[in-house]
Amino acid sequence: MSTGGDGRVFLSLLYELRAAGVPVSTQGWLAFLEALGKGAHGASLDGLYHVARCVLVQSETQYDVFDQVFGYVFKDVPYDRQVLLNDLDEWLQEPQRLMSLDPSLRAMLEELGIDELRRQFEERIAEQKERHDGGSKWIGTGGTSPFGTGGAHPSGLRVGGGGGRSALAVADARRYRAFRKDRVLDTRQMAAALRRLRRLTRKGQEEELDLDSTVRETARNCGDLEIVMRPPRKNDVRLVLLLDVGGSMDPHAQLVSRLFSAAHRGGGFREFRSYYFHNCVYGKVYEDAQFERPVPVQDLFRELDQNWYLVMVGDAWMHPGELTMTSGSFWTQARGPSGLGWLAKLADRFPHSGWLNPEPDRFWDAPSIHAIRALFRMFPLSLSGLDELVRELPKAPRPERRHLVQEVLREA
Amino acid sequence: MNGQFVGTPDYIASTALRSAVDVAVAIERPLLIKGEPGTGKTLLAEAVAASMNAPLIRWQVRSTTRAVEGLYHYDTVRRLHDSRFGDSEVTDIASYIDLGPLGRAFEARERHVVLIDEVDKADLEFPNDLLHELDVMSFTIPETGRVVAAKLRPVVIITSNNEKELPDAFLRRCVFHWIDFPDRELMSSIVQVHHPDIERELLAGAIEAFYRLRATAGLRKPPSTSELVDWISALRHSGIPAEQLLGAKLPFLGTLLKKEQDLAAVEGEGRRRG
Repeated sequence: MSTGGDGRVFLSLLYELRAAGVPVSTQGWLAFLEALGKGAHGASLDGLYHVARCVLVQSETQYDVFDQVFGYVFKDVPYDRQVLLNDLDEWLQEPQRLMSLDPSLRAMLEELGIDELRRQFEERIAEQKERHDGGSKWIGTGGTSPFGTGGAHPSGLRVGGGGGRSALAVADARRYRAFRKDRVLDTRQMAAALRRLRRLTRKGQEEELDLDSTVRETARNCGDLEIVMRPPRKNDVRLVLLLDVGGSMDPHAQLVSRLFSAAHRGGGFREFRSYYFHNCVYGKVYEDAQFERPVPVQDLFRELDQNWYLVMVGDAWMHPGELTMTSGSFWTQARGPSGLGWLAKLADRFPHSGWLNPEPDRFWDAPSIHAIRALFRMFPLSLSGLDELVRELPKAPRPERRHLVQEVLREA
Repeated sequence: MNGQFVGTPDYIASTALRSAVDVAVAIERPLLIKGEPGTGKTLLAEAVAASMNAPLIRWQVRSTTRAVEGLYHYDTVRRLHDSRFGDSEVTDIASYIDLGPLGRAFEARERHVVLIDEVDKADLEFPNDLLHELDVMSFTIPETGRVVAAKLRPVVIITSNNEKELPDAFLRRCVFHWIDFPDRELMSSIVQVHHPDIERELLAGAIEAFYRLRATAGLRKPPSTSELVDWISALRHSGIPAEQLLGAKLPFLGTLLKKEQDLAAVEGEGRRRG
């Protein structure tokens, strides 16, 4: 086959998926071919869609991307049916020699009939002048024509809209958009992400029978029972959360409260503390969001050692003056380090620290955010941001960052 | 291909799920099922076993479960006890070895379905420790040198509640399916499995109210299928007419919502709407 007999359609599914960030491995691709070879797709495009999804995608967070890619790849198939068929045959034979699957693939491709559908579709688009609902020929909503939304034709092409169940329709419906990782989800998912922060260690009271050591020591002891006890495994992570509340943070209040309850209940940390601040930290943080019970930052430094993980949550939006003015606070007269200076003290005391920002990262070039990003590793307050934070927190900050923190400290 | 999974009279499966089961059986890979709590992940294994007419072995994973427990268990404590106080023959280690769920399925003469339930409960390394055994479907017991190899590769179904991420290497070897929350249509069929003789109006009303409730913003624990089924039992038991489900105040709300904050939120909204 010379006219593009390289299985470009199917290969392009593989490469488009990879390009879109779905990590399809060679192993996964071979599994896909094997499943096709065994006829699991039931000779239909719907079947192909389901088989491809369950073998090539390993997380519901990627269903949405998969749907988009699948819709894109199979809607823009430019070949006529015979070429497509030959393509697939030829290409499948090469890596796996799955000669036996010709009949089912043929059937699948016949059902697929993309080009025929496209031809009809274009004709009707040309004929159609008005919006149309129901009926069996026109493009519109409902109805049994292979075109339009919400229809029930087995291999229907779909033109935008919602509902519908055939493969391309499902692919286009983007029903899994809510599972995307770059979106913020619920408390449960946040808790699941935070739980990965754990660091299990055995410390404290020896309460648990260490069976393996008991057996070993007993054997060493010529068979006289020698009981060995050990402390149970516990999460050794201590986390302190500093939350910016009020003002520009109001639109994000619900999100932040979800994060708080996830950390509070779901984290399973050895110790967990949370404090509030408004806009920027100066000298004091507060135990309550009404700012009635102040706690001097110096007390935090005394009570919490450097092994604590510090997570700052805030939009880091502020007037540059608030960061740099060398008063104890923008509002009081007492002299002291600037806001930035206090932040640098925090960053210095807690090397395992990060900043979660509910603002989209396209705003992160704002001057105040920029200055704060020099001190703290900043992550978006979304599931993927949280994932990243969880991965980064246990690591020590890079020397450049430590150096910057020291510089700000000297200036303050 | 032979023996396609079509669900059972008691278990309604979507096309995508049926297809995932077929693929997993065809290419002999573990099937990983994730989904919201109460979407019937565990029941799936029973349904697959029933439809294949194969025995089901269930392995419930806990936070302390180790991978080797699925393969075999060497009862050292019993052997130690026997050596000191018993009169049985302790030199034969083999008699202190019990096969675990996977081990039993490998040894069996007929094809089994193995359910590894809630794999995410265990330690992060747990799935990785099973990779090799699930790939080659055989393992060696070092204490006795015995090799346990699968005579017939069992169908392995693994469920996860998404409490933890699973390792990539493990995911790559699985056929994956996310069980969607059922849509209204599928939900009616599911309810009818549990309540075959339910009146049409009550079913429609209950399902409508159920989805309306699920759509309430900010629920901490949205009601799931099992709660709906229980709720309908309660409604039918007290003979509540379908019309009463149209209003803002739903009877037996506590059956649907298990969290106090959720109850308060929904009831508060009901009062505001009148």
